[in-house]
Amino acid sequence: MLHTFTLALSLSVFWLINSGHNSVLMLSLAALSITFVLYLAHRMDVVDHESQPVHLTRKLPGYYAWLIKEIILSNILVVKHIWLGNQSISPTLSTIKASQKTDIGKVIYANSITMTPGTITIKLEGDQFLVHALLRESIDDLKKGEMDRRVTQLEDQC
Amino acid sequence: MDIFLAAGSSLFLLIGSFLCLSGGLGLLRFPDFYTRMHAVGVTETLATAMILIGLMLQSPDALVLLKLMVILIMTLFISPTASHALAHAALQNNLVPKLNKQNDNEEVTPSNP
Amino acid sequence: MLIAAILAVFIVMVIAIVRGFMGPTLYDRILAVNMFGTKTVLLISLLGFMMGRPEFLDIAIVYALINFISVVGVLRYSDSSVFKHHNKQK
Repeated sequence: MLHTFTLALSLSVFWLINSGHNSVLMLSLAALSITFVLYLAHRMDVVDHESQPVHLTRKLPGYYAWLIKEIILSNILVVKHIWLGNQSISPTLSTIKASQKTDIGKVIYANSITMTPGTITIKLEGDQFLVHALLRESIDDLKKGEMDRRVTQLEDQC
Repeated sequence: MDIFLAAGSSLFLLIGSFLCLSGGLGLLRFPDFYTRMHAVGVTETLATAMILIGLMLQSPDALVLLKLMVILIMTLFISPTASHALAHAALQNNLVPKLNKQNDNEEVTPSNP
Repeated sequence: MLIAAILAVFIVMVIAIVRGFMGPTLYDRILAVNMFGTKTVLLISLLGFMMGRPEFLDIAIVYALINFISVVGVLRYSDSSVFKHHNKQK
């Protein structure tokens, strides 16, 4: 029920941002379309804690702030190595162990790795991630496990 | 006040353009597919964010600002998914990455089913 | 500064097309198409601001979604034999 409510809320906000009209006719059409989408989502059985991770809401802003800092730092690193040329890069393929228990934690971790430029998650098998990195140092940073620890903390909240 | 907004917007647009061009250079210059993906990653995260933030500072009303935010959030959520799908499909189909020669002590050979 | 940004995005789009023609593998081409699409979103937003018509942003949102669907849709068929990459013997 909670997840249906949050989905309806986010759909209404999205509709309002996209249209910007406030007349009664338009608002009733909006209510109609949102109800239809909710019905479709229930039929597809996708309304649950995975598509609407409301239990993470309290911790997400702090994690995002840290992630944005990481993204900026790794962007600067990758741009530096683009201008330095091909001799300065050291492409590496390596497996990383993830300590998250739930699927959603693993997906957050894998997407965070892919989002920071310089590292890409290629494959997920159980708790082993296959990661390709532009630089050897990025893999060493990941192996130190700060991002892993933060995502696990995020997921433990629930 | 307006002059600060205009100056900030120009600064963000300038940084964004520089990052975009760097990513393009990397796309031309890097030796194989997987390394090129990292170059594209630069243009899809920070460069897009910088250009869109530069536009946000110029936006005439709140609705435009919100729409720009929707585009930014959408790009940030979509791009890792697309690049993961692409890299996974490439490795699944035997595209072997070029690796650095000095550090082959723990490199993983991709297994092909 | 808007015009400079538009020029930069244009140059990057040209680079993406060049990479798309050069290849050498199929995946490089898909990557180039993906990058071309995301840069199109930026170009549409920038052009909308330059012409003073922010309504263009709606088109940019739709384009972002279409671009994602097209890339994932193409990769959906990556099991087929067209996608197999044959490594040349060194």
